[in-house]
Amino acid sequence: MDAVVFWALAAGATVLAVAVFVVDSMARATFALLGSFLLAAGEIILLGLAYLGVVIVVMMIMEMVIMAVFMVMYMMNPAGLMPMSMVHNQRGALVIAGGVFAALAAGIFLIPWPTQGTHSSGADATFDLGKVLMGPHMLTMMLLGITLFATMIVTVSLAAARGRYDRLGDDLEGGSRQ
Amino acid sequence: MVVETAPLWAVLVAPALLTALAGVGTWADRLVEARAAGAASRPEAVLTGMVSDAARLLVAQRRATLAPDRLMWRLGVVVVPVAAVLAVVVVPFGRWAVDDLGVGVVWFNAMEILTWAALWAAGWGPNSFWSLIGGYRMVVQGLAYELPHMFALIGVATAAGSLQVGTIVAHQRHLWFAVWMPLGFVAYLLSVLGFSFTKPFDQPAGADLSGGVLVEAAGADRLVIAAGRWLLLAAGAAMAVPLFLGGGLGPGLPAWAWSTLKSLAVLGVLVAARHRMPTIRLQRWVPVAWLVLIPLTIVQVLVAALVVLAR
Repeated sequence: MDAVVFWALAAGATVLAVAVFVVDSMARATFALLGSFLLAAGEIILLGLAYLGVVIVVMMIMEMVIMAVFMVMYMMNPAGLMPMSMVHNQRGALVIAGGVFAALAAGIFLIPWPTQGTHSSGADATFDLGKVLMGPHMLTMMLLGITLFATMIVTVSLAAARGRYDRLGDDLEGGSRQ
Repeated sequence: MVVETAPLWAVLVAPALLTALAGVGTWADRLVEARAAGAASRPEAVLTGMVSDAARLLVAQRRATLAPDRLMWRLGVVVVPVAAVLAVVVVPFGRWAVDDLGVGVVWFNAMEILTWAALWAAGWGPNSFWSLIGGYRMVVQGLAYELPHMFALIGVATAAGSLQVGTIVAHQRHLWFAVWMPLGFVAYLLSVLGFSFTKPFDQPAGADLSGGVLVEAAGADRLVIAAGRWLLLAAGAAMAVPLFLGGGLGPGLPAWAWSTLKSLAVLGVLVAARHRMPTIRLQRWVPVAWLVLIPLTIVQVLVAALVVLAR
């Protein structure tokens, strides 16, 4: 049963990934990519990593909707009326894509996979994965996350065209409001 | 166990209960509106009006626009109610949830975020100016309410030490989270009005855009998206109960009765907010959300973490 679901999700993710480069509308390309990611999240859930899988769903929907806004802005494709192509520099792209695929596929066969089927500590698989990936650096990474988040908010609020200088004037006293 | 996973047939019951809750919400909303307008406001007359409006939309023509992206349009419209129904999978009705997932809170969050994508697509699809702007406004609105919403949920999850809705309910046996995490509760309620694009956060479907994302949705499309909006509001109200108001816990009455009463009370507050507050312009709302609500909800998470450490 798991194998059937795995292959169905994998096939769907691949078809949608191909669709990204076939459709002629930026909106559709973005949503096809979103669909592909959602099916990939299904594979993660299938691995028993429910938290990571659902978080990927959360992140990818937010990310792809914002991506759609930016991509439509850059690709100048209002409402899909101006056909566009996602394929550029075909020969170079094919070489890079083929190389990356070969390297990743080779990795599958070269990595010494653990022989025991189940994780050892008996805790949640997500917990174990986090410990293996982060090890003693977990606290550092969490601080890094908060710092990045604060930086993003500060950057946006400073960069916003209609920000506090707009509302309160150059001296931020509120007196010189136009 | 406070909450258990129900038998499989609950898959059919949960959407029906959600629809009933959304129906009560719509009915109450129309009743208040009719009273305010001095129109016929007998409850049964309002109910008849509701049913006949829905029936009229069902038989009305869809609107055709020039060169629409039909796939995106239909997808966007349909996902609005689908997201609401999928979200309540983890919402317990008394002792029973369709599936009390271990990551229930994140699941609810994921389904609620679907409305961003859905409304953007529904705004994009018709190839219409006003609906396109409405779709983009939903993205702005989403960015405004989403982070306070997430921090409110993180506060609850931290306090309970779990992302499972059943465990969260069990932790409120003595004290509701709404009592000692009022900031999170308020931020959550505001975000419910946000993701169901309801007044005061109805700019994506605003009157200043002649209806925004709704402007080209006629007939069945209009019915699906309008119903989806109320289903989202009802789902948000129902989820507030296990997150902040102790779920089905309470003296005397059975758990399902407490769930119903509390859900109706939250829904009543949301409907009242819808009528009491004017539409807030996004230019005004985004700074408040980012500069006031985000810091406050982060402080709320800190408080929850300290309480957990001290316990």
